[in-house]
Amino acid sequence: MHDIAQTVSNFVDLNWMNMTYLFIVGFVGGLVSGFIGSGGAFVLTPGMMSMGVPGLVAVASNMCHKFPKAFVGAIKRAKYGQVDVKLGLIMGASAEAGVLIGAQIQENIKKSFGDAGSNLYVSMAFVIVLAIVGGFVLRDAFKSMKNNKTEVEEEKVTKIARWVQSVNIPGTMVYFKSIDRKISILFTVPLGFATGMLAATIAVGGFIGVPAMIYILGVPSLMASATELVIAFVMGLGGSFKYALHGFVDIRLSMIILAGSLFGVQLGAIGTTYVKGYMIKLVMGTIMIIVLFSRGLMVPVYSAQLGIIPALGDMTVKILKNVSFSMMVLALFTGAFIVLKALWKGIREEKRSIAQEKPQEVR
Amino acid sequence: MAEKKKPVGKLIIYGICSVALYTLLLTNQELINQNFGRGGWYALLPIVTAFVFSFIHGNFTSYFWTVLGVEAKRKKEVK
Repeated sequence: MHDIAQTVSNFVDLNWMNMTYLFIVGFVGGLVSGFIGSGGAFVLTPGMMSMGVPGLVAVASNMCHKFPKAFVGAIKRAKYGQVDVKLGLIMGASAEAGVLIGAQIQENIKKSFGDAGSNLYVSMAFVIVLAIVGGFVLRDAFKSMKNNKTEVEEEKVTKIARWVQSVNIPGTMVYFKSIDRKISILFTVPLGFATGMLAATIAVGGFIGVPAMIYILGVPSLMASATELVIAFVMGLGGSFKYALHGFVDIRLSMIILAGSLFGVQLGAIGTTYVKGYMIKLVMGTIMIIVLFSRGLMVPVYSAQLGIIPALGDMTVKILKNVSFSMMVLALFTGAFIVLKALWKGIREEKRSIAQEKPQEVR
Repeated sequence: MAEKKKPVGKLIIYGICSVALYTLLLTNQELINQNFGRGGWYALLPIVTAFVFSFIHGNFTSYFWTVLGVEAKRKKEVK
């Protein structure tokens, strides 16, 4: 009984301001994740916490909006033939394992080093992963952008992917339609695991999952980002259930975010039918690099709290925190802007080409 | 362009259902907070709710963009 009373007080009062805010951020996050397979969580969770929602409830409620969103997005993109369900489910299952281990590591760090320690660990994970993977993705996006100007067919399979596809380990080979050949699941399992670990640490597993599918398995970008939605669904469903078992999900928050994010995810998914693969990399890389700087700003704050570097003034901490959060919002909106622009351009071009075809039909 | 009929009827039906669901959610907050946060078997409540909302509201948002004329590219070859 005591537990219940405590849980109920975990759930904040909602007003119109809060709900509008969640709806809008949900929409923008949905737009981005419909397009690149994930995103939005890094703004939503801290956003909810700033409304007075306890950290764990914010994480749980965000997760409980993520899996239905990914579900709707995956179904939509499956209609466009972009989803490799088998790959998504296999990677999703191993991602679940990654989430469990990742969460355990987090807990241990929190026990040994406290909140500041766990925050520092999360920020460092952000900075290291985003610097390496984000830098690589963005560089590759610019390269393919140049090549695409000449309309030569787009994505080249990387050397690593060609090697992965050539390895034959009897008993572990599974056919994946996205690569149109058999590869060993001994490659997909660790990638899924890493996706889950990252999801448990920084809430956005897709920052590893999508690039891994593209560069290591050789999946085309559009299919990789669509398949990530299946992985996000599997991970989100398992995670939400786990949190709900302890009563941490505030379904009102989840469903209000979902109200906005389903509008977004539909639009983002439609957007993918107008673009070439490099646009996925461009949006993803851009977001990753901006988020990298945002989290990088927080590293000195947590380091000072742990006594690794001399203490910072209150004002400095406040400024760093605010700038860091604003940059996260900027990252999300920049991604959304690129998606909307591509969609707008694509629809306009198609209308023009249909208008041009018409007179010929009459003749 | 006008060959295809727009699914206005479906949009309205799913729209009404979606608004009804959200009205239920927001007018019964106390009851929901008491039961959905109990944990244990009650954990199924938020999960089932999420699926129901995603079906109804997902269809609504899909028809919403279709009726507005925002649709996927016709001939898209996925390599």
